[in-house]
Amino acid sequence: MIKNPFLIVLLVGLIISCKEPQRIEGSRIEIDEDIISSLTVEDYMKPYRDHVNNSLDSVISYAPATYSKSDGQLNTAIGNLMADAVYSESNPIFNKRTGKNIDFVLLNHGGIRSIISEGHIKMRTAYEVMPFENSVVVVELKGTQISKMLSYLARAKRAHPVSKHIQITLDENFEVKKALINNKPISEGKTYYLATNDYLYNGGDRMTFFHPNDSLYVLDYKIRSVLIDYFKKVDTINPKIDNRFIKLND
Amino acid sequence: MKRRQFIQQTTAATTLLGLGGLTLRSCVPKTKHITILHTNDVHSHIDPFGPNDKRNANKGGVARRATIIEAIRKENPNTLLLDAGDIFQGTPYFNYYGGELEFKLMSMLKYDLATIGNHDFDNGIDGLYAQLPNAEFEFVSANYDFSNTVMDTHVKPYKVLVKDGVRIGIFGLGIQLEGLVDKKMYKETVYHNPIEIAQDMSRILKEEESCDLVICLSHIGYHYKNNPNRVSDLNLAKATKDIDLIIGGHTHTFLPKPTIAKNSIGQNVLVNQVGAYGLYLGRIDFYFEPGQALNSDSTTIIV
Repeated sequence: MIKNPFLIVLLVGLIISCKEPQRIEGSRIEIDEDIISSLTVEDYMKPYRDHVNNSLDSVISYAPATYSKSDGQLNTAIGNLMADAVYSESNPIFNKRTGKNIDFVLLNHGGIRSIISEGHIKMRTAYEVMPFENSVVVVELKGTQISKMLSYLARAKRAHPVSKHIQITLDENFEVKKALINNKPISEGKTYYLATNDYLYNGGDRMTFFHPNDSLYVLDYKIRSVLIDYFKKVDTINPKIDNRFIKLND
Repeated sequence: MKRRQFIQQTTAATTLLGLGGLTLRSCVPKTKHITILHTNDVHSHIDPFGPNDKRNANKGGVARRATIIEAIRKENPNTLLLDAGDIFQGTPYFNYYGGELEFKLMSMLKYDLATIGNHDFDNGIDGLYAQLPNAEFEFVSANYDFSNTVMDTHVKPYKVLVKDGVRIGIFGLGIQLEGLVDKKMYKETVYHNPIEIAQDMSRILKEEESCDLVICLSHIGYHYKNNPNRVSDLNLAKATKDIDLIIGGHTHTFLPKPTIAKNSIGQNVLVNQVGAYGLYLGRIDFYFEPGQALNSDSTTIIV
């Protein structure tokens, strides 16, 4: 510490005599193509990038046509493929764990994030169609809740994907006319095992009918992994628009 | 303690000076210059967006960010680099490597500190813990209590970093996890109210740690238009004092320039956020004299 008071005065004098006004400056810098990439960083990243790209570009199936979620009114080929794949890939896991079977699958139209283009289906396709981390859950629901689901689907008037195990017919006014699960009418007292994803289960797309429920089974199986596993098993996909969810014309 | 004594003595000396009317012409600049650089919600965007991207074509990229940061550090070695969370999730790099490359690159860019975002739990708290050996920077979070988790002792409430003799106190804040992240992911992490914690933190950093600059690194979100009373950076600024800068994240808010908010005693607080995906780098420069209150009316803010 400085003991001499005069020295302190001198020091303070120095500070004060050249005091600049205090200031704060804020700005943002856009990271764009005019900035040259750091070579050190590029070199470091390269093996990672090459491995990811090689893997994403690996061919796992073949699409004979291009499939888009805007191809049908209340059911689409791509949506039917996704819902049926969730059934075929998840049911063995569910059955092994519980001894029970999934009755049907419901996903959401908005969850189809990309088309499947004609030609090779790559790992990358699965990431494009399903970039999110949503995973499969199975919910045990009473028939009364299934009725609420049907009202939701009728009101939504969208091609929310369902698996082939449910058949829903709306009349010309978009009212539910007929609904069958595994070819049987829905019984209000019976419970059904509905597979969906965790986003919808938690109320995504305003699907509130998953609550209350009798039980929830979390499969820890991502929808994207379902698609990858399905594509790897199928040499050439062949999804079709069918009659699983339709509206009768006037 | 020594610093406080010095301030007290200089205050007394200033009075003396006024009385004595002593003037000196020679000038030694004493102004300190601290640069704060920041990112948030980079979400595993390591490569720039491709040329066909509809929104962000040819923008972003860690290797470009590295060039800019290096240039700024050359210009001012007293630079800190901070990240406000959601480092993970958003490109296949995360799915393939679980955050390894994100942390390794941030270490190469010499990040000083980061806070934890909700998506940083996407491989579970164990997934985050597993990547810690790849991070040469530290994590701060004052309102997440990790005591009963694997992250215990690996996250500090705050850190005091010293640059050119300037004491810079930085504390972290995280968003409510319940309802946003599956409990099986965050496990026994306990969330506390960010505002109460921030009031405590700013007092500790200002009074006990004698910081010249107090920064909050937040992942609670800038502002919620449809729910304006929800805890957010703007509400945090209003309810606290002694914070000079809030660096935010979570809401992916692309602020063209920092917001100048008023704190609980009417002083200026800067609130900034640079959107997401590494499209921008935020930069705040402080030119000041340690010991002089930065949030006083005599401080000019140029944004």
